[in-house]
Order: sequence, then structure tokens, then C-alpha cells
Amino acid sequence: MESYWFPFDNLLCMLLGISFTVWFTLLLVFIIVPAIFGVSFGIRRLYMNTLLKIFEWATLRMERGAKERNQQLYKSCSNGIIAKEPASLEQEIQEVRRSGSGLGGAEFDVSDIMFFCRRGVESIVDDEVTKRFSAEELESWNLLTRSNYNFHHISTRLTVLWGLGVLIRYGILLPLRVTLAFTGVGLLVFLTSVIGLLPNGEMKSFLSEKAHLMCYRICVRALTAIITYHDSENKPRNGGICVANHTSPIDVIILASDGCYAMVGQVHGGLMGVIQRAMVKACPHIWFERSEVKDRHLVAKRLSDHVADTSKLPILIFPEGTCINNTSVMMFKKGSFEIGCTVYPVAIKYDPRFGEAFWNSSKFGMVNYLLHMMSSWAIVCSVWYLPPMSREEGEDAVQFANRVKAAIARKGGLADLLWDGGLKREKVKDVFKEEQQKLYSKVLVGGGEDRSRS
Amino acid sequence: MPECKCCSKVYFKMVKCVLLEQLQHFVNQLTHSVASAHLVRLYDRYQALDKDNKGYLCPQDFGAIKELAMNPICDRIIGAFFTSGQEILDFPSFVRILAHFRPVDKNRPKEPNSPDPINSRSNKLKFAFQLYDQDKDGKISRHELLQVLRSMLEKQVTEEQLESIADRTIQEADLDRDDAISFEEFRKSLDKVNIDHKMSIRFLR
Repeated sequence: MESYWFPFDNLLCMLLGISFTVWFTLLLVFIIVPAIFGVSFGIRRLYMNTLLKIFEWATLRMERGAKERNQQLYKSCSNGIIAKEPASLEQEIQEVRRSGSGLGGAEFDVSDIMFFCRRGVESIVDDEVTKRFSAEELESWNLLTRSNYNFHHISTRLTVLWGLGVLIRYGILLPLRVTLAFTGVGLLVFLTSVIGLLPNGEMKSFLSEKAHLMCYRICVRALTAIITYHDSENKPRNGGICVANHTSPIDVIILASDGCYAMVGQVHGGLMGVIQRAMVKACPHIWFERSEVKDRHLVAKRLSDHVADTSKLPILIFPEGTCINNTSVMMFKKGSFEIGCTVYPVAIKYDPRFGEAFWNSSKFGMVNYLLHMMSSWAIVCSVWYLPPMSREEGEDAVQFANRVKAAIARKGGLADLLWDGGLKREKVKDVFKEEQQKLYSKVLVGGGEDRSRS
Repeated sequence: MPECKCCSKVYFKMVKCVLLEQLQHFVNQLTHSVASAHLVRLYDRYQALDKDNKGYLCPQDFGAIKELAMNPICDRIIGAFFTSGQEILDFPSFVRILAHFRPVDKNRPKEPNSPDPINSRSNKLKFAFQLYDQDKDGKISRHELLQVLRSMLEKQVTEEQLESIADRTIQEADLDRDDAISFEEFRKSLDKVNIDHKMSIRFLR
């Protein structure tokens, strides 16, 4: 029996050996070597364009299928599904009164409740905040079930294509990406530890820069991220702070593969902790202990000390404090804007057609999220480096933060919201309700005697 | 209902397709054709609000909507959805309440024997009336009016001002001098107001 299998066994081993060799050679030539030198063969762009054509075809098929059955295709709409009146509280109430009694006087009328009622029901049907914390909906289908809302319009041909897509993504792309990811992270830890043994000086900084860039580029390829950098002349320089909008933990990799930054964050345990400790050996990053994070004074001092030393790299900070779904920019926390140095804003916009980059931390854990990322088609994004900004005379930290936020939102084509990203988990503060009450009382009581609480 | 989250998502999508066709029929009876695209959006919204994938909504899910939480009468609005102390809101009931806010269809001829559509002027007024009349006795008492005023104004005015506003309002609207506003008196005082415009929500697409 055994001798019967022997020749096949040998043949199998040989075939496996050859395919592994070929595999790794291709990997080395097409991915790792370009990553080291920062060049690109353009393979990823070709891949992206091919995918786009396939998606268009898939959407057309679905539309045709829907038309044949005389049904409407569900189309997404991220700008809101109902028409909201932009008129203010005062205008609306005056209008109702005027149409009623013809007086428009400043007296309470039983119909006033209708304004609040309608506003309330409008917010039940569609509110600005809730939809920012779930993944954006897509107009066309990108062959991932997680983004398809027109389930019953799929024809056999599409199902076959979808099945093929699953095979390619999970069978070929995922293992490739996981290998690369491990390579990238492993190299990062190894190289930074080695460089950390050198004495401080120009050589060390130069080598550490190269090592960081190379490893991040490998990680970028591990995600098949296709990034377009705009306005690179505005890239952040030493002695400044770089702020960007936050969509996922991958933002760090995307920015750090084009320039060197000093990271800021909490000290973690486990694998993250190992990476953090290794990185800080090669060049100074700012890692806070859990206890230190609450002490805002201490945090501010460490940041300003770092910024004052112009030999140290620019700090990378995400002022929103949490992941938002990349359709809007939420309130920036003022801490990093109080330090008083140059701020380099960066806008990051992901193209959701190829893979949803948003991390919904209440729904998915980190591992689940990374799995999603690595089994999508690609991560396509654009990065815009905005011209540096500084705090102006008479501007306080909050106003400065809002100015930077508006610039980022404008450049990235995102909605600029005043809401706090912390609302993902916390309740609305009573102060908002009081604002509404204040506005209404002004309409009633008028501008005469000021009885409102300050 | 499946246990794991990703299975339940797929399950929901499949359920949705079946459910929507049944719902179309039900809603057509209610309000003379809500467009199916609107129904899909409402169902997606319903699911988005149901964060724990329970399959129904409870008052806390509404309380989690930030813009609603800052509305002075948010408790009353939530109460309008959960009638008779129930803590469970299914999708047909959700749509039924929201159907009050459809714009009035002026082109439809009024059939003499059919019941009023749910978004008629009269029913919109009833909805607003019930926001005041929390004990559902058919009248807005002085006490109920004061409560509404208090929630809309709270710390911004003094108690005496609130009471004087309440007194004045009842004086103007109360025609049979029983110190309360009945539905008919309510309706009469809003005779000339364009209720349709103020109590309607239009879908964009």
C-alpha cells in the first residue's frame, strides 16, 4: 500500500515546493522590493480599474433584473431621506401664529407644540448623528454581501460572479495579505529594535526613518490600499502637530507610509505593546500610561515638550477621539489646539466602493474588523495635505479647532458637524435641551426683560 | 432568530424582502399607497434604531436618538408611539404613527362613507391634542397645560409667568367655561392655522 502512494507523495511535495518558491519570489519582486524603495508598478491601479468595470456591470444587471420584475431598486441616500426646513424656531412659530390669528404676537398658542412635535418626529425618521456611526450605504453593488440591499434581484450570472469573488478574496487575497501583514509587523519590530542599539545621531534618525517607511509600505500592500496623496508640498514638518479625521485604525498606516510621524497613544499590552516598545527604541513616540491619560495637564506638557524640540518628528493626532464613518467630521477635542504650535491639517477620504474602512467598534472587535479589511477588494483613499494653520490673535482653542475642522471637511468633501463624536456612547447633555428651551422662551417673552438664565 | 450577529444580519435582509411585500399591502390600506421606496427607508431606519437586533423597538431606542433627546417634549413624543404602557413597538405600528405625518393628499376625492385617512387634518389635530392630553380624558386640563409649558420652558421663566400663560390660554380657547380645553375647542382655536404644512414630513426621493 505504501509503495503505491510513494511516487505521488514525492510528486506532491515537489509541486508544493515549486509553487511555494514561485509564490514567494513573486511576493518579493512585486511587493516587498518596491515597498523598500517606495516605487510602484501600477498593478494595484490596474486591479482597481478592472474591479470598477465589473461593479458597473453588476449594478446594471441588478437594475435590469428589477425593471423586468417591475420593482424599484433600493437606492441609498446619505444626505437625508426627508426634507427638513432650515427655518429657525422663531421663524416657524411666528409663521404658524401669523397664519392663524393674524397677529404673530409673542404669546403662547396651543399650536406651538406642533413645531416641537414635528421636529421630534423628523429626528426619529432621520437624524444627523445616528447615521454617522454605521457604515455608509453604497449606490452600486460591489459584490460583497455585506453591502447589498437588493438581495432578491440577483440573477444566476451575478451569483456565479459573486461566488467567484468570494473564492478569490478568501482563497487568494486573504492569505497573501495575512502573510504580508505578518512580514511587515515582524520586520518593524526587528528593525526598530536593531536600530535602537545605535547611538543617537543623524545615522540613527535616517535609518529609523527608512525602516519605518519600509515597514508601513509593506503593511499598506498587505491591505491592498491604493492611496493618492495630494499637495505633498504641505507635508507636516518637525515641530508641528498633524491632525486628521478619523475613520479607522488604518489611518495611521496610511499617513505613516508617506512621511514619518511621532505617534501618540496609550500603552497597550500584548502584541500592540511589543510593537510600541520596539518603535520607541528607534525614534521618540509618545506613549501614555493609562493613569496619565486622565491628567490633561501632563498630556499637554509632554506634547508641548515634544513639539518644542525641532529634531523630533511631527506628532500625529486624531482630535475626534473616535472613529466616524467618513461621511462627516465631528467635533474636534480642543486639547491639541491649545499647545500653540503650527497645525498641519490632513483630510482622508475613503472610497467605499472597494471596501468599507469604517470601524464600528460597538459592532465588531478588532480581529473581526481586520478580517473584513483583508477580505475586501481593496482600500482606496485620497489624502489631502492642507496648508499649515496657526492660532490667530483673539482666537481661543475651540474656535481654532472649529476652523481647522471646517477646512478638513471642505477639502475632503465631508459634512461638517458640531456634534461630539463621544455621543456614540454617551447621552446628550442637558445643555442642548436647555438651549431649545431658551430659544423658545425668547420667542414668548421677547427681548424686553431678560429672564433667561445665563 | 439566529444567534450570531452576521447570520442575523443576512436573516434580516431576507426577512425584509418578504416582509416588505406584505407590508406594502397593509400600508396601502392605511394611507392609500406609501411609496415602496419610502417604506424601505423606514424599515432600514427602524432596524438602525434597533441597535440590539431585538426585532422590535423599546422606549430606550428612541431615547438614544440625540436630536430627539434634546427636544423639550421628547418624552411625550415617545409616549405617542408606545400607547397603553406597552414597551414593544413593531414595524406596522411604527409606520402607523408616522403615517400621521404624511402630507394631505388634496387630489384624492373624498368618499362620503370611507373613514378619514390617517393623515387627515382632523387626525393630525388629534395627534397634537394627545400630546397635551396625557391622561386621555378628552380634555386638556389646566394642570396638563402647565406640564407642557413647564417642559417647553423649564428654567427660562418663573412659575407665576407659566401660570399666567396657562390661564390666558384657557381663557381664550375655553368656550364652555369648564376650565379645560376639549378637542372641539382645540380644533376651533386652530381653525385658520395651516396644520398640513406644520404637521407633515416630506420624503426627498
